[in-house]
Amino acid sequence: MELEDLRTRLRAVSRKPDNLRRVLRWETGLVVVVIAVAILGSSLSSEFFTANNFFNLTLNNGEIAIMALPMTLIIISGEIDLSVESTLGMSSALLGVLYLHKLPMILIFVIVAVVGALAGAVNGLLVTRVGLPSLAVTIGTLALYRGIALILLGPKTVANFPATYTNVGVEAIPHTDLSWSMGIFIVLAVIFGIVLHATPYGRSVYAMGDNAEAALYAGIRVKRIKTSLFVISGLASALAGVLFTFRLNTAVQDNGTGLSLDVVAIVLLAGVSIFGGKGSIAGVFLAVLAFAGLQNALLLTNFNQEATGLVTGGLLLVSVFVPNAAMFVRYIRGVASRAARRTPEPALSLPRKDT
Amino acid sequence: MTATLAPAREPGSPVPASSRRLAERVFRIRELGIVAVLIVFVAVTAAIQPRFLNSSNIQFVLVDATIYGLLALGETLVVITRNVDLSVGSVLGISAFACAKLASAAHGVPLPVVFLAGLGIGLGFGVINGLMVALGRVPSLVVTLATLYIIRGIDVLVVGGGQVVPSSYYPSFLSMSKATVLGVPDLAIAVAVLVALGWYGLRTFRSGRELYAIGSNPDAARLAGIPMGRRVFTTFAISGAIAGLAGVLWASRYGTVDSTAGTSYELQVIAAVVVGGVAIFGGSGSVVGAAIGALLLQTINSALYVLGVSPNWDQAIAGFLLILAIVLDRIISVRLTASLRRRSARRGT
Repeated sequence: MELEDLRTRLRAVSRKPDNLRRVLRWETGLVVVVIAVAILGSSLSSEFFTANNFFNLTLNNGEIAIMALPMTLIIISGEIDLSVESTLGMSSALLGVLYLHKLPMILIFVIVAVVGALAGAVNGLLVTRVGLPSLAVTIGTLALYRGIALILLGPKTVANFPATYTNVGVEAIPHTDLSWSMGIFIVLAVIFGIVLHATPYGRSVYAMGDNAEAALYAGIRVKRIKTSLFVISGLASALAGVLFTFRLNTAVQDNGTGLSLDVVAIVLLAGVSIFGGKGSIAGVFLAVLAFAGLQNALLLTNFNQEATGLVTGGLLLVSVFVPNAAMFVRYIRGVASRAARRTPEPALSLPRKDT
Repeated sequence: MTATLAPAREPGSPVPASSRRLAERVFRIRELGIVAVLIVFVAVTAAIQPRFLNSSNIQFVLVDATIYGLLALGETLVVITRNVDLSVGSVLGISAFACAKLASAAHGVPLPVVFLAGLGIGLGFGVINGLMVALGRVPSLVVTLATLYIIRGIDVLVVGGGQVVPSSYYPSFLSMSKATVLGVPDLAIAVAVLVALGWYGLRTFRSGRELYAIGSNPDAARLAGIPMGRRVFTTFAISGAIAGLAGVLWASRYGTVDSTAGTSYELQVIAAVVVGGVAIFGGSGSVVGAAIGALLLQTINSALYVLGVSPNWDQAIAGFLLILAIVLDRIISVRLTASLRRRSARRGT
């Protein structure tokens, strides 16, 4: 029957490689990339594999890595948050201003965390309750939060934070060569990994990213969960802002400008689909390593620092084209074998009602 | 779903004239809304500070809006097909530098050739973007995010710490962005003509309508036999070419060009497009709306400056207004859809 034929053909078209296998393959690929980066780094500079350099590597990328975790969940859920760099900047400015007003540090941290969460909540509510596209909303708040940082601090620079705190920014965790920021990232990555991969909350993030409507009908509180993801993103960005400020020992309004795209680049390199529904924390961890390793290797050579975007961009392109290349090869093979059989196939068309 | 578009009707099918008129009115209202905001904004600012309407200020606003409006024109084509081009800022930057070099008195390349060079550079990058998106079937957000980085990286490697200073140009290059007809900058007129052409093309030509079809429902568009790859490719090529052209204008307007020219323009351009009522998920909107959106954003910037608002407040207010614009647009379109539905329900019974 024609209908039967259509069905089998549709099934053949929609058959996808096993999801788990696909994810595993992606992560395996990333491991290869990380190893390649390590080899490249050590061949470029003898300093690459020194403890001191490893510490620098973790120091320079800790904040980006921390922000990449909630970004992963947000992108898996089918949204995006471009405002993270401005939330970072706003938190940094807020920290600076409150410090100038001589508030106790603990209280400052609480306020910064609350403001960060609020910033995320504004994003989340605009996206879920007003029904606006997250790309547009977070471009708006990207300007808004940076603007608030500017209002708070103006052209001022706040420096000279107490050494107990700035040490967190520039010293390693005792007995290791890890920066505190990267240590926090690792702990958070484990927590995020468990939440994303092993709890109903995490699984529902995948579900809504795959098909928000189906998730809704399955009883998943799509709006509430998405809002919570944005709040978490705001909190993480505020934390990154505090770490950033202590690392540089300066609060200025333009702290962290341009980091959002780096964070998105890492998450996409990790194999998270920009269309939502796919990705893993293990991938993000490896992507952070690859990204940080490459940046660091370039730092050791006398490559123009401003041009490291070339490498980030190249990595991104590779990350989207490699899986498609496999698909492309399959497609070509399919065409070739069909041509060999020389059986004219009927066009795949839906039954049409001619009235 | 897309309240901005008059629904396409089969020719010959009975269409109540009143409903068509209503739909057309809806279409007009969308752009009228932005125009109204613009007028109110200008009126209020001018009432507080009449200096806002003096001719040199108007010219500055118009020239700045011209560059954004031009970029918004290309971006709109891309966004209508449910794609996005994030690389426009980088393309503008690299084209601005190359053309500034060409236009320096030392090289003395004639102006039309400089324009062609800018157009060519932009077209080249646009074609690369388009090929990757259309042939590679890769999400445009990712591709153009990558080319944003890569093109800026090339720019930095080529330019290094160098810059082109205004004194190095031959005079006609800088005066180009200052020439006016009846107080309106030549460039603004030229871009207005381009926008009008784009508006006409999108409304009238089959290929233009197909862009909307692709953006509204890609699957349906493919089944309907629309050459999606070719159309999407073309929009990226045009967007790139326009960004290259905008680079020439940028160099002429600002004079000093280094490797940071046009940094983060992409987000402002998308902001203008969205404020102008183009749906970020494709399928609706017009280039006229986007151009007015660009004009509105520049007017706001200028108004804040003229009103003596501390420059520290600029960005926060711009960001707030941007969000306000999207929210208002959303509310209006929801209301309109609801009222249209009520109306047609009443007619039905």
